[in-house]
Amino acid sequence: MRTLLVLLDKEFRQFFRNAFLPKMVLMFPLAVMLIFPWTTTMDVHHVNISIVDNDHSQASERLINKVRASDYFTLSNNAETYSMALENLEKGKVDVIVEIPKDFEKDLENGKPKKVSIFANTVNAIKGSLGSQYMSQTATQSIAELYKEKGVSFSSARVSVQYRYNPTLTYRYFMIPALMIILIIMICGFLPALNIVSEKEIGTIEQINVTPVNKFTFTLAKLVPYWIMGFFVLAVAMIIAWLVYGLIPAGSIGAIFLGAALAALSMSGLGVIVANNSNTVQQAMFVMFFFVMIFVLMSGLITPIESMPSWAQTLTYAFPPRYFVDIMRSVYLKGTLLSELWVDYISLAGLALLLDLLAAITYKKQE
Amino acid sequence: MKENIISVKELCKNFGDFKAVDRITFDVKRGEIFGFLGANGAGKTTAIRMLCGLSYPTSGSGTVAGFDVMRNGEDIKHHIGYMSQRFSLYDDLTVYENMKLFGGIYGLSKMQVERRSVEILNQLQFKSEINTLVGSLPLGWKQKLAFCVASLHRPEIVFLDEPTGGVDPVTRRQFWGMIYKASSEGTTIFVTTHYMDEAEYCNRVSIMVDGQIKALDSPAELKKQFNASAIDEVFRSLARGAKRGE
Amino acid sequence: MTGFASFVNKESLHILRDKWTLLIILIFPIVELLLFGFAISIEIKNINFAVSAPHRTEAIRKQVEQISSNPYFTFRGYISGNQVDKELRSGKSDAVVEFSKDNSVLIALDASNPNKAMEGAGYLQSILMSGNSNASETTSNLSSIMPETHMLYNPQMNSAYNFVPGIMGLIFILICAMMTSVSIVREKETGTMDVLLVSPVKPIRIIFAKMVPYFTLSCINLACILFLARYVLKVPMSGNLGGVIGISLLYLALALALGLLISTVTSKQITALIISGMLLLLPIIMLSGMVFPIENMPAALKPLTYIVPARWYISAIRKLMIEGLSFKYVLKEFSVLLTMTLFLVALALKNFKDKME
Repeated sequence: MRTLLVLLDKEFRQFFRNAFLPKMVLMFPLAVMLIFPWTTTMDVHHVNISIVDNDHSQASERLINKVRASDYFTLSNNAETYSMALENLEKGKVDVIVEIPKDFEKDLENGKPKKVSIFANTVNAIKGSLGSQYMSQTATQSIAELYKEKGVSFSSARVSVQYRYNPTLTYRYFMIPALMIILIIMICGFLPALNIVSEKEIGTIEQINVTPVNKFTFTLAKLVPYWIMGFFVLAVAMIIAWLVYGLIPAGSIGAIFLGAALAALSMSGLGVIVANNSNTVQQAMFVMFFFVMIFVLMSGLITPIESMPSWAQTLTYAFPPRYFVDIMRSVYLKGTLLSELWVDYISLAGLALLLDLLAAITYKKQE
Repeated sequence: MKENIISVKELCKNFGDFKAVDRITFDVKRGEIFGFLGANGAGKTTAIRMLCGLSYPTSGSGTVAGFDVMRNGEDIKHHIGYMSQRFSLYDDLTVYENMKLFGGIYGLSKMQVERRSVEILNQLQFKSEINTLVGSLPLGWKQKLAFCVASLHRPEIVFLDEPTGGVDPVTRRQFWGMIYKASSEGTTIFVTTHYMDEAEYCNRVSIMVDGQIKALDSPAELKKQFNASAIDEVFRSLARGAKRGE
Repeated sequence: MTGFASFVNKESLHILRDKWTLLIILIFPIVELLLFGFAISIEIKNINFAVSAPHRTEAIRKQVEQISSNPYFTFRGYISGNQVDKELRSGKSDAVVEFSKDNSVLIALDASNPNKAMEGAGYLQSILMSGNSNASETTSNLSSIMPETHMLYNPQMNSAYNFVPGIMGLIFILICAMMTSVSIVREKETGTMDVLLVSPVKPIRIIFAKMVPYFTLSCINLACILFLARYVLKVPMSGNLGGVIGISLLYLALALALGLLISTVTSKQITALIISGMLLLLPIIMLSGMVFPIENMPAALKPLTYIVPARWYISAIRKLMIEGLSFKYVLKEFSVLLTMTLFLVALALKNFKDKME
């Protein structure tokens, strides 16, 4: 125990004497939390529409006006022909093309509707899908109105929609917990790994290996400071989320910190395993970078896991952050109870245990 | 007749086909200053690492302070101090912080660490630098302090791997003064070096060539044996056929 | 020239002798490209829904069947009215359709992911609105007047198309920056930089000598990635291979220059690695348009995206590879990247010279 305290004392002194690290650990989370929530919008505004009106009738004019009136769409200069509209789409000036067929008004009056066509540029898949969906709804509504005036009514059941947990549909709220997780992944993953390999490279680790210090104690002393840092960063991030974005956890803070603790345990365990198998900081960094990239892009932080092919989804069961993502978002946004998330907690704990065990085992004092 | 505190028989370390240490056999008596000489690349560091429990022997046997080097490496560490060839102290900690760290690791209480540190630094007339970062000290002082830290907990054996490398002659002399003092207090000193003149300071000396021990005796005896006036010559006659080293 | 050549030789030997790192640098981008290319998608593929219906009429059952026959919806079962909140909160379902006695329908959605919720709502609404138990004779089905939607370029919404340029942009810049910066800083840390600097070869040439082997390595990476993108991920290379290669080479040069700049601000390997590998990762993911569309960002932040080199590269690659446009459409991106590269090199050299004095 005394040995652990003495080692921790050393680690903290070294950390605070470093010219770069303490500043980075403070500034980086601040910058991330203050800037990136604003950039993570998947909100679709200003979909550029180009309408190809082959009918030039009052009916088609009505439809065009409805689109023009919508805040959601930006009507760009309507093209005369489809091919011209297509050119604009290729240039990136137009997102969705609407083609009103010839005899649109006539067919309307005959009660034999000819369909309007919508073409969406899906290079940006979200804009394409959501934009075309909205366009479809708008067009349908507009046409239904026209029919109503002719005495044809489309009845529909009274359907209302209730958006829960994020009634303002603010994508930012969905991403803020994700950003917190990314911070923990990086700080608890990269930093301990680099720290350990650095001692290896400089040679001071040999001085420790020759002492009776037990490898578990040594490993623990290397990890504890970064767990503390992880909590610190999480706390700072949560305070910023509250003060700047008005987002407070709907669920228990204890549940959040428990999840964070397990996530920190897993990431740092992985970091140690990588460090134990690397000889230079460059190697350690590249390998950790490889893992962190995979975790950040495939744990459901930025794109949903359910959107992945099933082989990939199966793979994610091995990623500790995956569980933490579920826990964070559920507790933060929905107020989900710890008991309702027990599968996530147990899985995360299991992975943490495995990784930390491997971390301690792979550290060789004697080769 | 003092007993053997290090006893090594047919110890080998191979890296693939390369025989870094090739069947060395020797004993070191308690309280001796034992010089482990050889050219760079002869295998000295590899051998010392086996004795310190840093490296597993490929074959052969050995005991250090009564513990088996193959199976009880961790136990050995309670009884030894070590100063490596590269850096032994943390550059970004002060002199005192380094002592506190290693003292604590070896089980010294806070008070004991304080007392020992002050004692050592006073002897070296270095007390004023107690709160200086080790990184800003000149190499000679770093080496001397590293030796102090290695012996802070009064271990039975202190292993020194090329302790005087790159250091000026005055500091070398001071360093050996420290070694003599430790030896007079009963510490066994196992020192590797490629400075042949330092051999004269040792009770007994072994010379390693190409992973094998080619000579082992007191400096005086060796000089007689090889009809040489300095250990340097002894070494050169042994090293003539050497494949590794300078 | 021989001085330069011998330095290039030395750098190459360093790299070739560190087999592990070499392996990592060559293999990881490939593995990541394949993983992300095949795995990452933003399509909402599945929405779990439950139904609360105190009076389970035939019409309701039919509608439920209709919804669950859609491959994107999975029916989780009937639940009672007081379980709705728990169902959504625990994540068992993403949406609950509540039928009330007066034939009104409430679609309650878990909107923590707003996009998923909106897509789900859109589809559920269209089904629930057009199917009505109280249809009279004069009414027709809404679906007859709904427009026909066609998706262009990406009809299967294969998001790999969207992400491969993004992944390329991300991987190239970070790996190059890390490699270069750490290689230069390592010489500073071990003290061998001084040895190099006293040689008769001009410092600028030493630095460029360092870049050459890394540039070569990156070209190998580029070739592998383009090959995989085209033949394994099936991203169209609609015509403009020369343009793609050209702008990619420029981007690699920029990345190396960035690494060079980073190496001038620190003398510790760890710091260089943290800056190039950790600190740059998020800004590039968030601000380059690789995942989050730039057009939607608040006006105040858009200027920030202009300084992210990846933004320009990804935009150019999307235009060249996916939309198959000709090079003249990416001249803007090309010139921006060129300017950035020159600026970075100039700044790095200035820093380097300053530090030497």
